[in-house]
Amino acid sequence: MKYVKQVLGGDLRQYTMVVALGLLILIFNVISGGRMLTSSNFQNLLSGNAYVLVLALGMLMVIVIGQIDLSVGSVAGFAGMVMALVAKNYNVPWWGAVLVALAIGIAAGAWHGFFLSQLGIPGFITTLGGMMIFRGGVIWISRSISVPAPEELKWFGAGYLPEWGPSFTGMNNSTLLLGLIGIACYAVAQIRKYNRSKNNAVGASPLWAVVVRIVLMTVLIGYFTYLFGSGRVGTSFPVPGLILLLLTIIYHIITQRTKFGRHVYAVGGNKAAAALSGVNVKKTYFLTMMNMSFLAAVAGILFVGRSTAAGPADGTSWEMDAIASVFIGGAAVSGGVGTILATIVGGMVMAVLNNGLMLMGVGADKTQVIKGFVLLAAVAFDVYNKKTGKSSIIGKLFPSKDEKKAA
Amino acid sequence: MEHNSFILQMQGIVKEFPGVRALDDVNLDVRTGSIHAICGENGAGKSTLMKVLSGVYPYGTYEGKIIYMGQEMKFKNIKESENAGIAIIHQELTMIPELSITENIFMGNEIVNHGLIDWPEERRRTSEILKKVGLTINPDTLIKHLGVGQQQLVEIAKALSKNVKLLILDEPTSALNEADSANLLELMKGLRDKGITCIMISHKLNEIAEVSDAVTVIRDGHTVESYDVEAGKVDEDQIIKSMVGRSIENRYPEHQPKIGDVIFEVNNWCVEDPEVEGRMVCKNSSFNVRAGEIVGFAGLMGAGRTELMRSLFGKNYGIYKSGTIKIKGREVKLNSVEAAIKNGLAYVPEDRKNLGLNLLDSIRKTVVAADLDRITQNGLLSIDMEQAAAEEYRKSLKIKTASIDVGVTTLSGGNQQKVVLSKWMFTEPDVLILDEPTRGIDVGAKYEIYKLIHQLADQGKAVILVSSELPELLGMADRIYTIFEGTITGELLASEANQEGLMKKMTITSNS
Repeated sequence: MKYVKQVLGGDLRQYTMVVALGLLILIFNVISGGRMLTSSNFQNLLSGNAYVLVLALGMLMVIVIGQIDLSVGSVAGFAGMVMALVAKNYNVPWWGAVLVALAIGIAAGAWHGFFLSQLGIPGFITTLGGMMIFRGGVIWISRSISVPAPEELKWFGAGYLPEWGPSFTGMNNSTLLLGLIGIACYAVAQIRKYNRSKNNAVGASPLWAVVVRIVLMTVLIGYFTYLFGSGRVGTSFPVPGLILLLLTIIYHIITQRTKFGRHVYAVGGNKAAAALSGVNVKKTYFLTMMNMSFLAAVAGILFVGRSTAAGPADGTSWEMDAIASVFIGGAAVSGGVGTILATIVGGMVMAVLNNGLMLMGVGADKTQVIKGFVLLAAVAFDVYNKKTGKSSIIGKLFPSKDEKKAA
Repeated sequence: MEHNSFILQMQGIVKEFPGVRALDDVNLDVRTGSIHAICGENGAGKSTLMKVLSGVYPYGTYEGKIIYMGQEMKFKNIKESENAGIAIIHQELTMIPELSITENIFMGNEIVNHGLIDWPEERRRTSEILKKVGLTINPDTLIKHLGVGQQQLVEIAKALSKNVKLLILDEPTSALNEADSANLLELMKGLRDKGITCIMISHKLNEIAEVSDAVTVIRDGHTVESYDVEAGKVDEDQIIKSMVGRSIENRYPEHQPKIGDVIFEVNNWCVEDPEVEGRMVCKNSSFNVRAGEIVGFAGLMGAGRTELMRSLFGKNYGIYKSGTIKIKGREVKLNSVEAAIKNGLAYVPEDRKNLGLNLLDSIRKTVVAADLDRITQNGLLSIDMEQAAAEEYRKSLKIKTASIDVGVTTLSGGNQQKVVLSKWMFTEPDVLILDEPTRGIDVGAKYEIYKLIHQLADQGKAVILVSSELPELLGMADRIYTIFEGTITGELLASEANQEGLMKKMTITSNS
């Protein structure tokens, strides 16, 4: 058991959701008779949920500062609709329309951020207002009619990477390249981390654990590369998935490695202490809200691209899925806690649930009920652990030496 | 002395908390129909004693006897002591601002008629009680629309509505202006004449001298003295002597100061209370600190020390009215904490858990938190530099921890404080303000922090040390300012100061 710990790194608790996600995928795969783990299913799963996960990235930061944003669905719908209308009515090129949509997102976020940071109106109220304003706005400007979107956008919402190079690989070479880059990056990061921790006597993992870790990750990435790349010709790792991947990396870096990211956690953890450490609390609030609506616009663009038209009901209740993803990912309602990567895992749990239940032929009504219970269970489990100070199920299975001593 | 002339006798009270004996054989005898003053420094045990009396610490968690109206009492909670006629008016007011006076007064004791509240009756009784405390206002007025002085009177009215026989006032005038204070003292005299006994905890010796019939002094959890006095003829010097009578042992490291030029200068600093309009928390404060000098600020809780320091630190507290700051001879405008840090100021707050630390963070992240620019490379935070910085301070400050990646909550108070100090040393300040840096820390860790303060001073930094503990100031500071009610009342060289002299300037005595 000690060896398992060394491979996974000190804190096993963070892997609870990853393991749950893995189990979920396997269970659904068995029940559905292997229909879960197929190329086309996973391609669909990713491109069909990318927009919610994009929202969850921004929502994580909003929740970490101790706020909530209810307007994201409406803002996404509004930005998507404006984009479609601008392209259709004013002959603006597709990229111009995209820029307009992003600008609308930023402006909507500035609006929310202003009320929160300058007037001190809680985000819940500010964005509840925004939710109504922008939802009404979508219906108003579209006159309740769907508007077709430029063809080029389809690539963003449901496109695939190009086919090139030799055919003996037996799969889409873009996907293969992506997988190889992923494996290389992981290996380099692990080795660099190992070299750094060598100088630090405490908490260093032995070399063999690092090697096992790299091998395991190579197998995992390799499998998914194969899964995504070996579908019918012309398909690959989906473009919205790639956009999500890039955004995830960018936001992981922003939250973990920039001054702004640190300020987000500082404000959420202890506002007064943050202010006394020179953090501009108002600015942090403002930028976080602005960023959220910017990402909402991105999500809106992806969705319009996928459905090739902007509809008046686009974005309805997306905020709930985004918020659920963040909390399943272990963020704290009181703020200060949560990570981008865990949020992505939380979002994937929701996505796999949706997809798996659909494969099993469970109706949307029951799916909703099950998702509700899963959210409650995940958060209750988290709260229970924090309260009792006990570790997660995994932590119980593999108690550390200290815990054994204490017991 | 007749036995039944005492309304309250507390005998041999001992109360222990893990690691500390807060009360050690305390005795208190309060005569029926008197005003009894309890004096003592911060942390002497006054509030703990009152919590024992009122049942906040239930019977069984302390040793000793409480005899009230001739009977031994075993209160399990506040409700029981209230039913017996004991009421406490706390320093912080405990009313609900959004409700009316009537609703607050009958909170928890509503007059109910067939399951519904009898508003006319409640209102009638409220008016009656308000008259008793000298208030003629509409009982439907919301608490938030009252001034602090009026709120205090309503609190007392609430106690009276419960048929109180023993009223305990904890620092009743600390938040009041002079007119309201005088009014309150008059009211206390009136209550005494009506047969209600009052226990008053106060730092204001002039007020004690004015109204009390008996004085008990508590120091370090012991009763030092207890005697009857004649109102108006109290020997304030004697009270001060018993409050502070402690010797300074070798609790402070030896230090030879290397004092340079004045590098921090504050002139006529005025700040208004953000909550009470017109109340100034800092009144024309002027002081200076030299390089390598440790300057102490002595003042009792609520004197405005913290408020002064926080308003200097980028106007983090209160409404700035006027005043200037000069750092190294250059006048600076510090409109944000960030600007203050950039100009070489650092402030270690007194409330470590609520203001000093983000309790969710690890040591590594905390150490660099006040100056992230220093570990930024190409726009990204350098994890290597962060780790190096945290390791450096862990070693140099001897922070006892297995790893810099553990959460700050896992550390002891002393080690937490070292992390907070690291955070501010990392900003390389010229002026370091330390607000109660050794509060809640054990003796060993205190000594280490004292040595650290000396080191910082020797590096040519100007150190401001705010403390409630006079021995600490006398042992550490080179020069001491005293502060009372937002006004700097004195400046003394530590070599010429003693505890009595300081205490005199920290409290208002009628002969000063």
